[in-house]
Amino acid sequence: MRNVLTIFRRELAAYFATPLAYVFIVIFLVMAGILTFFVGNFFERGQADLQPFFTFHPWLYVVLIPALSMRLWAEERRIGTIELFLTLPIRMTEAVAGKFLAAWCFAGIALILTFPFWITVNFLGRPDNGVILASYIGSWLMAGAFLAVGACISAMTKNQVIAFVVTAALTFVLTVAGSPIVLGVFQGWAPEWLLHGVAQSSFLGHFSAITRGVIDLRDVVYFLSIMIAFLAANAILIDLQKAE
Amino acid sequence: MLEIRRLVKSFGPLVAVDDVSFTVPQGEVLGFLGPNGAGKSTTMKMITGFVAPTAGTAIICGHDITTQAIAAKRHIGYLPEGAPAYPDMTPADFLDFIAHIRGFSGDEARRRIGGVVEMIRIAEVMHQPIETLSKGFKRRVGVAQALLHDPDVVILDEPTDGLDPNQKYEMRRVITTMRPNKAIVISTHLLEEVAAVCSRAIIIAHGRILADGTPAELAQRSRHHNAVRLGIAGGADANVRAELAALPGVAAVEPGVGAAGDGLIVYPRGGHPVVSEIANLARDRGWSITGLQVERGRLDDVFREITGARPEPAAMAAAA
Repeated sequence: MRNVLTIFRRELAAYFATPLAYVFIVIFLVMAGILTFFVGNFFERGQADLQPFFTFHPWLYVVLIPALSMRLWAEERRIGTIELFLTLPIRMTEAVAGKFLAAWCFAGIALILTFPFWITVNFLGRPDNGVILASYIGSWLMAGAFLAVGACISAMTKNQVIAFVVTAALTFVLTVAGSPIVLGVFQGWAPEWLLHGVAQSSFLGHFSAITRGVIDLRDVVYFLSIMIAFLAANAILIDLQKAE
Repeated sequence: MLEIRRLVKSFGPLVAVDDVSFTVPQGEVLGFLGPNGAGKSTTMKMITGFVAPTAGTAIICGHDITTQAIAAKRHIGYLPEGAPAYPDMTPADFLDFIAHIRGFSGDEARRRIGGVVEMIRIAEVMHQPIETLSKGFKRRVGVAQALLHDPDVVILDEPTDGLDPNQKYEMRRVITTMRPNKAIVISTHLLEEVAAVCSRAIIIAHGRILADGTPAELAQRSRHHNAVRLGIAGGADANVRAELAALPGVAAVEPGVGAAGDGLIVYPRGGHPVVSEIANLARDRGWSITGLQVERGRLDDVFREITGARPEPAAMAAAA
């Protein structure tokens, strides 16, 4: 546990040691603002809620989260520090958890910095702050799922650009898994249970369920299992590379 | 303290390390020599647990690296090839991170970091990002990181690469100072380094150990072992050379290379001392000797001789 904390601190500091952290946060806030106010018609709707803000989170994450996750392992591999890192007396689970938690915490910081949206909506009207809190929690859980996928992809390559592109593509598919585009691929040949399974496993579906204001245990379990599954795959991938 | 048991590593059809075994007791500095691509780094990566061996294992202070990796890694200080370190961190932050991973915190961490910083002499760059450091300082930060927890087994992959002569001297001093309490393995392709710091040398090529002994023992295999470098006033004519070559202990006489162009090198037969025979001959003939020096042997000769030879086809067939 101590090691997880040590790795977590180093990784989180690494985000802020380069302009990445600041660029990410600024772009995230600006894009969230544009999408909320212009595309989401925040004012024209005349409703005191943050629905237009949260609606775009999955799409923002498809574009931005891979930028956070791509460096996690690929960079260590490219500059060779992975050899130093993996010969330290730490468990693979500690290494994977420390890195992931740092990225997840960073995503949380970016999310917290969107508080002006919350202030705005509370200034303009009387929103249901319970729904907003639930949406924030849901968004953070979804960010964790995105990051776990990204960490796993980052473990497969030493090229950060490849990690970015593959992560963006894969998380896009996972986001829209319930949509007609993806279901169309399965329609006709896949058995009903598989079709149903794919339809149920989209980030979008589970996230929008939470943004309606109810944190259903099933949605939480869904995001946590995505995280655990991809992080386990991440650990296995790193371990397999030792044998190569 | 360190025991390597029949390590094998193959990458597909390529056998990078082929049945390598050796032990390093406390107080020994083992020099690991070989041409590039000989399998030195791969062996070190297996000992430290970064690469899983295809077969065999390494035992570090009683812990098997393949089954008790964490316990084994606690006893190892490792400088990987190229001395990688996080470029955005300062040496101060980097060493602090390593100290915490190694289980030290607070005053203990500060004391340990202070100790290695003084020993390796990197105090002046402690607060500069590592990416801005010179190659020599980067290497030293890597060594500092490896020695922070006072490990029993120290594995240094090319510790003096990129250092200037003064820094090399310093690094060798550090290695020699810590030698009594540790088992140390260094890889290098600088043969002078082996003579300077190693108590034992292993020469490896094509993944196999080709020679294993003290630097002096290895040097004895050189044709220069007990050769005599001779300078004669007025130059050595053909007559002198013929007389020297006729001595029973002499195998060959060749002109010496160097500033004294009139010098000769007299190679002995079978590495036995011939200097007294030569001295007697010179006295009898009344030659005026300007220089007389007995060579102990040259490691680079031995190295070239051993590693230059390709494995015999018969040996390859037998191995296959």
